[in-house]
Order: sequence, then C-alpha cells, then structure tokens
Amino acid sequence: MTDFFAMGGYAAYVWSAYGITLLVLVVSAWTARRRRLDALERVRQMLLQQSPRRQATVRTME
Amino acid sequence: MNSAFVVILRRDLQIAFRRVSELANPLLFFVIVASLFPLALSPDAAQLRSVGTGVLWVAALLSSLLALEGLFRADADDGSLEQLMLSPVPATITALAKVTAHWLVTVVPLVVLMPMLGLLFYLPLEALPVMAFALLLATPTLSVLVALGAALTVSLRRGGSIVGLLVLPLTAPLLIFGTRAADLSLHGESAAGPLYLLAALAVFAVALGPLAIAAALKVGLD
Amino acid sequence: MPLPRWFHILGSPPHAYRLAEVCRPWAGWLALLLLVGGTFAGLVLAPPDYQMGDSFRIIYVHVPAAYLGTRLYLLLAVAAAIGFIWRIKLAHAVAASVAPLGAAFVIVAMATGAIWGKPMWGTYWQWGDARLVSWLVQLFLYVGYMALHASFDDRDKADRVSAILAVVGIVNVPIIYYSVEWWTTLHQGPTIMKFDRPSIKDDMLIPLLMMIAGFVVCFVWLLLNRLQGEIVERERDARWLQQLATEPGK
Repeated sequence: MTDFFAMGGYAAYVWSAYGITLLVLVVSAWTARRRRLDALERVRQMLLQQSPRRQATVRTME
Repeated sequence: MNSAFVVILRRDLQIAFRRVSELANPLLFFVIVASLFPLALSPDAAQLRSVGTGVLWVAALLSSLLALEGLFRADADDGSLEQLMLSPVPATITALAKVTAHWLVTVVPLVVLMPMLGLLFYLPLEALPVMAFALLLATPTLSVLVALGAALTVSLRRGGSIVGLLVLPLTAPLLIFGTRAADLSLHGESAAGPLYLLAALAVFAVALGPLAIAAALKVGLD
Repeated sequence: MPLPRWFHILGSPPHAYRLAEVCRPWAGWLALLLLVGGTFAGLVLAPPDYQMGDSFRIIYVHVPAAYLGTRLYLLLAVAAAIGFIWRIKLAHAVAASVAPLGAAFVIVAMATGAIWGKPMWGTYWQWGDARLVSWLVQLFLYVGYMALHASFDDRDKADRVSAILAVVGIVNVPIIYYSVEWWTTLHQGPTIMKFDRPSIKDDMLIPLLMMIAGFVVCFVWLLLNRLQGEIVERERDARWLQQLATEPGK
C-alpha cells in the first residue's frame, strides 16, 4: 500500500499533479453549479418582489 | 475610394502634428524604458548584448501601445468617427487610413530610434540595419493589432487598461520572429527566414485587419 | 444565409434550457464514472513505464486537460462567430460559458505539464517548448475574452465585441503555435491519435482514453450548468422562465 503512495519515488509529482487537477475540477463544478442555482434564485426573488399574487404562489410551493 | 483614404490620412497626420509634444511621448517612453534595463541588470557588456534585442523589441511593443488613445478615442468622443462611419466611405478604408496614420506617426520613428538605442546595449553595428529592417517589416502588423485593440475598446471609458492584455499576446509571433532575425544577424548568419515570415504576417494583417477593425468600430459605436 | 429550421428551434432558449436540464444529470454521473474509473485504471492498473517509472501517470490528467484546453478555443470562436453573424443570442451564451472552462483546463494542462517537466526534463518550465508557450498565450486569449466581455455594461455589445476578439484569436492560434514551434521544439510528439502505429501499449492507452472521455463529458456537464445559468440571466424577463422558476421542486 505504501508502495502505491510512493509512486516509485515520484510521489510528490504525481500526487500534486492529480491534486491540482482535482482541485480545479471541483472548484469548476462548484462554481458552475452555483451560477445556475443562484441565477434561478435571483429570478425567484425578482418575482417575489413583483406581485403579492406571485408571492402566494411561490410560498405555497415551499 | 483612393482619395477618401488620402483625405482621412492627411487629416489624421495634420491633427497629429498639431501637437508635436504628444507625438514625442511614445518615443520618449521607448528611450526611457530601454535605458532602464541596463540600470536594472548590470553594466556587463556581454550580458547586455545578449538581452539587447529582446529588451528593445519589448520596449517598442509597449511604446506603440501608448499612442492607442489618440487613434480612435478623440474622434469617437467628438462624434466625428460616427460621421465617418455613416458616410459613404467604406469603414475598412477609414480603418486602413487611420492605421496608416498611426504607423507613420508612432511606429516608423521607432524604426529609426531602435538601432540607435542598440548601441546602449553594445550591439555590433553590423547587426543594426537588419534589426531596423525587421522592425520595419513587423510594424504594419503591429499597427493593425494596436488599432484592433483600440477599436474593440473604443466605447469603454477606461479601455486603456485592458488593451494591453488583449493586444500583447497577439504580438507574440512578431516578437519571436523579430528578435530571432536580429540575433541571427548578430551571429553573422542570414536572417532571411524570419524576415520573410514577418513580411508575410504584414501582408496578412494589412489585408484582413481593417475588416476586423471596421467591424469592431461599428459595433462599438452603435 | 438562411439556416435550417431545427437550428432555430435548438437556438431558442427555452428549448435549449429544457434539453440541458434533461442531459445534465446523465452527463454528470457518466463523467464521474469515467473519471473515477479512469483514475483507478491509470494509477493502479496501468504498469509503470520502463523509462519514466510512475511519473508517467501524470499523462492521465495532463493530456486530457491539454486536449480540451486547446480545442475549446475553437468552440468558443465558432460559437461567438455564429452568434455574431446570425445574431443568435444562445450562441453567445455558449461562448461565454466555454471561456472560463477553457481557461481552467489550460491552467491544469500547464500546471501538470510543469510538474511533469521536472522529473522528465529536469525543469518546471521550458520556454523552448512550443506547446507550453502557446498554451500560455492561449490562456491570455481566454482571459482576454472574459475581461473584454466583462468591461461592457451592455450585454449585447459585450457579446459582439468579444466575438470579434475571439475570431481574431482563432486566426492567431495557429500562427502563434507555429511561430513558437519554429523558435525551438522540445516537446515529445503526440502519443495518441496515431492509428497506424500507436506508440504506447494498450494497457497504458485504455486509462488514457477513459480519462479523455471523462474530461470531455465532465466539460459537457460543466458547460450545461454554466449555459443554463447564462440563459436564466439573459432571459430574466421571459415568461417561460418565470413559469419555470415558480414550479415546485426546482
């Protein structure tokens, strides 16, 4: 098992490379998803402020 | 159409020469930037000689960016650029005329200055003509790229800060071929290869550049 | 130049949004499967290279990132051009979504390339490497597109001006690449896509193909998320969107 993590002596290189890749992918995934959800949320907030009838609709949905 | 080109060109040149001090600014910038490097690096002749061509080229690129604002901004602000766009003169001709004006006024003097500053870097005299010629071949492309940057940001209030980011990466090939030509002649070899490539880039840029510049101006002034 | 009808239907934001909504979860799970499987195959199953030892395993993240990072600029330029010529707003939305993703992949490509460079050539960065340098320039092109787009208040103007920059950039990318390659080359030749004579063995190739597929599907998932976000932002006042936003379970 420790052999696996040692990566034949190249541990620092291999793991940092994979680590950076993972980090960038995770951050990209997080921000992409956030953008989508935040945009939808902003539209909902906009609608809430617009009309009381809409407010009632949105409220019953929650 | 020929005469429209000449008219716009002559007008731009007249405006430029009306304020000669402004003309000199990019050139002074060039001299100062180039002079700073030996101070920052070292007085060692061999070291300066090895970085000389690179430093001078980068300084030239940066200086040509300086005259950016004058290209379109002043005309855009007082509405004369929109008038030109609305007139029957094709926008590409207007773009070409303005690029030519910028080239004559800002960039061509650099071609004269650069070899002189080469002496500051202990560059051998024999290499200087090739260096100047390479810059001369590179300058039409450079003017087109700078004008493109100006056109893309013409409607932005402070477009100047972003133009460098847009234009400088596109000038990478000019830098590579230009310095290589100078270095080759420094070592006594033929610089024909990069010179031909610079010439080809110039033809390409001048042929297609005004199209993009005109499109950018039309969108920007909308 | 007129376009086929299906093009216009696909180019309509509500249709595109709904299509994306359906495809997105599938892409997400498939990407996860391919990436986890590919990583396992690459790190555990593949044998070490007799020359480079275990350090070659970096190829499994480096090559897919580089492959995507460089090619996405073409997608960016094409989408922006379509948006500019035919005035299709969705195309601009696609371009705006692709740019940050392309930049992210190029950054991964450069970072992993630099890390791999140390054991391979003894140095992190190598200016003589045509690929590395052209990636750096390409990163500037992505960032330039995003910066220019962000400078405009008027979104329509932002789209159109950035589209011009994207098209100029795409013309420049091959010029820049060949100029740097002409300058000096050091990078090894491509190790895949040589169908006549593959230069790496099957048990090393399969994880690589899995990872490339995984990265591509992951990109699709990321793109769909960003694209949906863009559509929602741009179509704020549209009725279809307002109905959608107030539906339960969203």
